[in-house]
Amino acid sequence: MNDLSFLKPASRQIDFDNFDDRLLLYVLQYEPSFFTCISCGGCTATCSAGNLTNFNVRKIGLWLRRGETEKLSEEIQKCMFCGKCTLVCPRDINIRNVILLIKKRIAMLKNENSPA
Amino acid sequence: MEKLIILPFSIGFIYLLGILGFRFVKWISGLSRLDKLRLIHSLKTRRFFDSLQEVFMEGLLHRKIFLKNPVLGYMHMSLAFGWFLLIVVGHFEVMVSRQSLIAPIYLPVFFRYFETGHSFPLAGIFSFLMDLLLLFVLSGVALAMLKRFKKQLFGMKKTTRLKTGDRIALLSLWMIFPLRLLAEGMSAGLYGNGSFLTSTLGHIFGNLNSETANLSLWTAYSCSLGFFFAALPNSRYMHIPTEILLIFVRNAGVKLKKRNNTYTNIQVFSCSRCGLCLDNCQLSAAGINNTQSVYILKNIRNHNLSDEQLFNCLLCGKCEVDCPVGINTIDLRITQRIESTRQYNSSYEYLEDGPAPKADTVYFAGCMTHLTPGIIASMKKLFQLAGENVWFMDEEKAPCCGRPLMLAGQYEAASKLIANNTRKIIGSGAKRLVVSCPICYKVFKEDYELANVEVVFHAEYILNLIRQQIITLKKGADRIIYHDPCELGRGMGMFEPPREVLRATGKVISIKNEKQMAHCCGGSLGNLKISQPERSLLRNQAVEDYLQYRPDVLATACPMCKKTFSRHPGLKVQDISETVVQALQSKVQPKAVIKKAKSNVLEAELI
Repeated sequence: MNDLSFLKPASRQIDFDNFDDRLLLYVLQYEPSFFTCISCGGCTATCSAGNLTNFNVRKIGLWLRRGETEKLSEEIQKCMFCGKCTLVCPRDINIRNVILLIKKRIAMLKNENSPA
Repeated sequence: MEKLIILPFSIGFIYLLGILGFRFVKWISGLSRLDKLRLIHSLKTRRFFDSLQEVFMEGLLHRKIFLKNPVLGYMHMSLAFGWFLLIVVGHFEVMVSRQSLIAPIYLPVFFRYFETGHSFPLAGIFSFLMDLLLLFVLSGVALAMLKRFKKQLFGMKKTTRLKTGDRIALLSLWMIFPLRLLAEGMSAGLYGNGSFLTSTLGHIFGNLNSETANLSLWTAYSCSLGFFFAALPNSRYMHIPTEILLIFVRNAGVKLKKRNNTYTNIQVFSCSRCGLCLDNCQLSAAGINNTQSVYILKNIRNHNLSDEQLFNCLLCGKCEVDCPVGINTIDLRITQRIESTRQYNSSYEYLEDGPAPKADTVYFAGCMTHLTPGIIASMKKLFQLAGENVWFMDEEKAPCCGRPLMLAGQYEAASKLIANNTRKIIGSGAKRLVVSCPICYKVFKEDYELANVEVVFHAEYILNLIRQQIITLKKGADRIIYHDPCELGRGMGMFEPPREVLRATGKVISIKNEKQMAHCCGGSLGNLKISQPERSLLRNQAVEDYLQYRPDVLATACPMCKKTFSRHPGLKVQDISETVVQALQSKVQPKAVIKKAKSNVLEAELI
């Protein structure tokens, strides 16, 4: 309950020289509808997993655009795939597929990194 | 020298036997130990004869295709059963002529070439029979050729695309029987050993008849047989031998257990690519033409299945209904999804085991019902009238039932949610669990182990209330179409209870595309790739069909279907619970009155 971490925020600076767009490009390639997201937050409001935890679909979109793969790979595990977000989306974005693509791409990236 | 004509046939035949032997041994030994025991055990029981009968009815007579499309059925039957009879009668003919039970395999195939004397008992009857059977098979070949070029005549909208291996096999199959006719006709002209068909042909040949022409025709016939046998293992015609194995393995009770094994291969190779699933698939209305079951099976066989195809399927189950081979397409596809996503299942460590309140009945609305509050309100009203002691499990917070994860292939992740929900439901000490969403219903029924808790779908629950006269309904004059949700109808086989409930409120009209052939609304959670505009196309297709019958209400029993349809203007869509609540008589029955005091208290708990 007493999450006071906002009092000491970590650096939010994004280093554009080291911007990791591998996830974002992959998602946009296979689910171009993500382009049209207006970050309205409807998905977050209806989310079943968000009701149980602090999981936030809108934040997933934000981190995806910022290339924050590390944070995403933790957070994305919380989704339960129920599909409510997709149903309420005013821009008709196939959010369920976005989540699946992120999970798949993260697993692919882990595989690429681990043998090396 | 003369015997050389049997060479192409023999080489092809031996090659085919070798490959088949190798594959069958590999597939059977690849089954799990338990499945192998099942298979061996089934050979000792009555199931063995059931399988034999099925091989005869489906593999030779093609009963299922007959029921669906008689012309197509006749085509398959004449080819399969006709050829089978040619082989059997041919063998009898050789046995009679040689006065021996043992004859070389090739002899019946080239009998008219080698047996020029034609002076054994019953020779005339045999050659008449063989000509008749040949005509039977040739009629099938003619239909097959016609179908390739004019499929509309057969009532088929689509047919599958062929690969090179298929083309070689197809061409050589088409050549076999016309060449046999020509060769036997020529021999009949030369030696007089034919009957009505071949003798006539021999007469027509007239002066063309010669030993050399005869030899070359018989060689060509042998070559077409040889080519067909050689091409068979790498073409779709591999389904002919594999289907026999499939019938035995399936009747032994072997199933896919969320993991690929050689049963996958047996099913994949059993697909004849007839394309009946293409006509049933609604996705083509949205212009999606490469993800249907027949293509998925082909891609599994060729090891080039992409996620884009695998996940672009509504999992509505319509393709399974008409599959003449009886391939379990939905199970197969979900298993491929499980394999494809195995690496990234979630553990859901955040799930907590809170204390579960004690109640007689648990109500699980499900995620989708939460988007259709009308259903929740109706259910609450009904529970109140019934004086039920209900715990509304996911009113505030609860994990999803797990079915959407399963449809996405995340089986291990789903089992975490299942475990958590199971503990809560059992902890409540309830006797039954009521669900109002078919998606949840399927998973609760099939994958939860809930001990003594009975899982009841709200249609059954409401029907029970009506029968026990706990609620009385006023029957109106509304024309109602009931839309079968995929997960409930084809998925769980529940067709009647919702209709029964609706009959108490209005006039339920029966329509052409219902029950097993019901449309999918297009909203399916099974498809992860389809876009919203494409979903609308599917929905519009279904709605157009329904509007022909001029219904006042489109009733369904699935929040997802309701949500999808209600986006269409000009159609009143209701869940059955809403229809029932609307039709409630204002006068409350005595039984409920007694319980009213109790229910008022419970109502406070509910809200």
